[in-house]
Amino acid sequence: MKETLAKDPYNIVITGVGGQGNVMASRVLSNMLVRKGFKVTIGETFGMSQRGGSVMSHIRVSSESVWSPQIPKGGADLIVAIEPIEGIRVLAGYGNRSVKVVVNLRPIYPVGVITGEEEYPSEETIRAKVTALAAEARFLAATEEAIRLGNPILGNIIMIGAVAGLGVLPIDRDLFESVIRDGMPAARVEVNLRAFAIGEAFVFSVKEEKQ
Amino acid sequence: MSLDREQKEGTEVLLMGNEAIARGALEAGVRVAAGYPGTPSSEIIETLSRFSEAGKLYVEWSTNEKVAMEVAAAASFAGLRSLCVMKQNGVNVASDFLLHLTGSGTRGGMILITCDDPGALSSVNEGESRHFARLMEIPLIEPADFQEAKEMTRWAFDLSEQIRNVVMVRSVTRMSHASGNVVLGILPTLKGKAEFLCDGPLTDPVRGPVTSAPVIAKHRLQQEKLQKAVALFEESPFNTYQGPEKPELLIITSSACTLYSREAVSLLRAEGRVGILKLGTTWPLPPALLKRHLLRTKNVLIVEEVLPFLEDQVKILCAEQAREIGIKTFYGKNDGALPMVGELNPDLVAAAIGRILGIDPPAIPAEYGEKLRGLTEFLPKRDQTFCPGCPHRASYWAIREALQRDHRGGFVCGDIGCYAMAALFQAAGFHTAKTLHAMGSGTGIASGFGKLGPFGMTQPVLAVCGDSTFYHAAIPALINAVHQRADMTFVVLDNSGTAMTGFQSHPGLDVNAMGEAAPMVDIAALCRAMGVPVTILDPFELIETRETLNRLLEQPEVKVLILKQSCALSPEKKGKKRFSMRVDETRCRGEDCGCNRLCTRIFRCPGLLWNQEQKRAEIDEVICAGCGFCVRICPAEAIRSEEAVKP
Repeated sequence: MKETLAKDPYNIVITGVGGQGNVMASRVLSNMLVRKGFKVTIGETFGMSQRGGSVMSHIRVSSESVWSPQIPKGGADLIVAIEPIEGIRVLAGYGNRSVKVVVNLRPIYPVGVITGEEEYPSEETIRAKVTALAAEARFLAATEEAIRLGNPILGNIIMIGAVAGLGVLPIDRDLFESVIRDGMPAARVEVNLRAFAIGEAFVFSVKEEKQ
Repeated sequence: MSLDREQKEGTEVLLMGNEAIARGALEAGVRVAAGYPGTPSSEIIETLSRFSEAGKLYVEWSTNEKVAMEVAAAASFAGLRSLCVMKQNGVNVASDFLLHLTGSGTRGGMILITCDDPGALSSVNEGESRHFARLMEIPLIEPADFQEAKEMTRWAFDLSEQIRNVVMVRSVTRMSHASGNVVLGILPTLKGKAEFLCDGPLTDPVRGPVTSAPVIAKHRLQQEKLQKAVALFEESPFNTYQGPEKPELLIITSSACTLYSREAVSLLRAEGRVGILKLGTTWPLPPALLKRHLLRTKNVLIVEEVLPFLEDQVKILCAEQAREIGIKTFYGKNDGALPMVGELNPDLVAAAIGRILGIDPPAIPAEYGEKLRGLTEFLPKRDQTFCPGCPHRASYWAIREALQRDHRGGFVCGDIGCYAMAALFQAAGFHTAKTLHAMGSGTGIASGFGKLGPFGMTQPVLAVCGDSTFYHAAIPALINAVHQRADMTFVVLDNSGTAMTGFQSHPGLDVNAMGEAAPMVDIAALCRAMGVPVTILDPFELIETRETLNRLLEQPEVKVLILKQSCALSPEKKGKKRFSMRVDETRCRGEDCGCNRLCTRIFRCPGLLWNQEQKRAEIDEVICAGCGFCVRICPAEAIRSEEAVKP
């Protein structure tokens, strides 16, 4: 049975920096939703953007039809930021008063910051900006948790677990497992399930931050 | 999760546009597929290669797009269904052959798939392949969603066989690299053997030799084929209209712009006022179909990306039919309703419709807009750069040092591949790369610079070229430089794969697109056969590389330096650190060193960080790839490496 969506189309942006597993995260989440019977459209930018640039996946979830692979400005319902300032960048373009945001707090410094030409905002500033712009904001140390699991790339799956924990989409651990069992070597399934569970549990355990 | 053999017909799966195109070709019974990698087209051949099987489906990465088209044409001449795939500028490379192929005609269904990149998201041009359909007088079809990408590709083979000519299927980045639900169809039983029938007269399209001569007769025949396609287009289910019977405004659109137009109309809640004529068959336009819809209204907005291709064709039809359909007001590119550069999106289309109909697009509430003010400016921008551990950073560092020591204002002619980043983001290549054009052009341009000595030019010139680019287009330019005695240093940045587009095989590797063992064509041996000296070095050996470069820059004529080190993202390296890196706090003197923070300010590897509090460099463990090269750049010998423990 297909559950209903909070909004149709429901618009998700997954953002981060090339190499963080952004595309993989959007595929896994979208495949879960397709298995639930939804029409999903993903718009992605990769190619040159893989080389240290900002990466964005736009996911449109609908009961009915295909939507534009680019979400209209101000039209995100959920933003998943695998890198914090990329989350703010997406909020600036696609944010609105009812948007929900999940942020991985681990920065990836742009070259301009490494050289000292630009400044990376503090964690405090990041939290304040996101909280001010979102209806609901959750902050996770997903990369640190992923390192504990043995590989920082798993931060992307922890973030997908967090999305499940939010309860805004009809997805759960069993559905996640069925998707990754089809697309992943069996040896890697277990650690991905643990990553998903960490993200999910985190959202349950932490009270949402409101301004 | 992606396409595989086990999926049954009728299954609904999430496919990338490129996978949907590949699936359409498989459902059409394609037997030979050839292409050259190029974003956003590469996944079509990659997907097909997973389905390759001796005698059923042959798939190759050809050395360039022209060769790919020739390989696919041979299969068609032998009666098999075939396709060739390329990105927009690849069609330019293949176009000389295409001109003659469209004159000679084809036998087994043959399609040319081009994936354009409006907005140049992964290109150094906004080239338009649509114009080639008109120039070459072949039909052009464009899918507007993922199911259509599959269905239209399958249909293109039928159309090609009906008219005995090539059919062009055009996608764009937002189709090819977007994904959506696709219901799978039947994979046919593959039958029919390859045989080239060629004993008949020159004018026999089925049994004669295949040539574009006699030219006038074949050209006339080609135009008749095109008219046959137009007749089929009049009835095509891929041309659809959605909207009121008599809209105030008729949008004519195709491809991804169809989805932007639908969304724009929905954003403006203008469904009752605007109709959308979505065309799947975009050249030649079917005139009767257009006439039917043009009769609906006086106002026409053509929504398309980059140049006004569709707009021009619609205007010609309207002029021809003016007596019957009346005078129209046109909106599109020429009047500035939509930009003539860059890609479109729903907001740009909504703004255009809004201006025409006097509707305000939904606005951001003032209070939220206030919070957004200055937000983007406050964020550090994220320039692209070479990946941590990338051998190109090391190669450009050596070139930088060599040119600085050389003191004659030398420069690099750049080329296409990841190493093009040095020209796109000057700091990434340490301000050495100064020209960037087409595949192989760096070598040809350097060959030209290398003849300007007698005109007073004293700057030494280098050309860089990746391994895949070398085979694609640099060889003729290099031969030219050798034969003309051009003064240039040719540097091959050999990272053992077509890295930028995702490690497709090329002739320098021992494996082909289907994963079979393949003979390697050695770059060094080819260069030596041209009679030029060749040096092969590891770019991670900085001093040796730099000193060799300085020696070569002093020598006349063509010298070849091959810098060989595999890509940091290559399967054998990715995720495995060769070295464990650290900064020795007792040696890094920070701002007091006098190095002017060489590692983080100039070298700029994302794996190195500047600790603001301690005023010292440090390693970002998550980002560092452990290549060990930065040990060689630190004048204080503060960056240390240890062989990482092998897991």
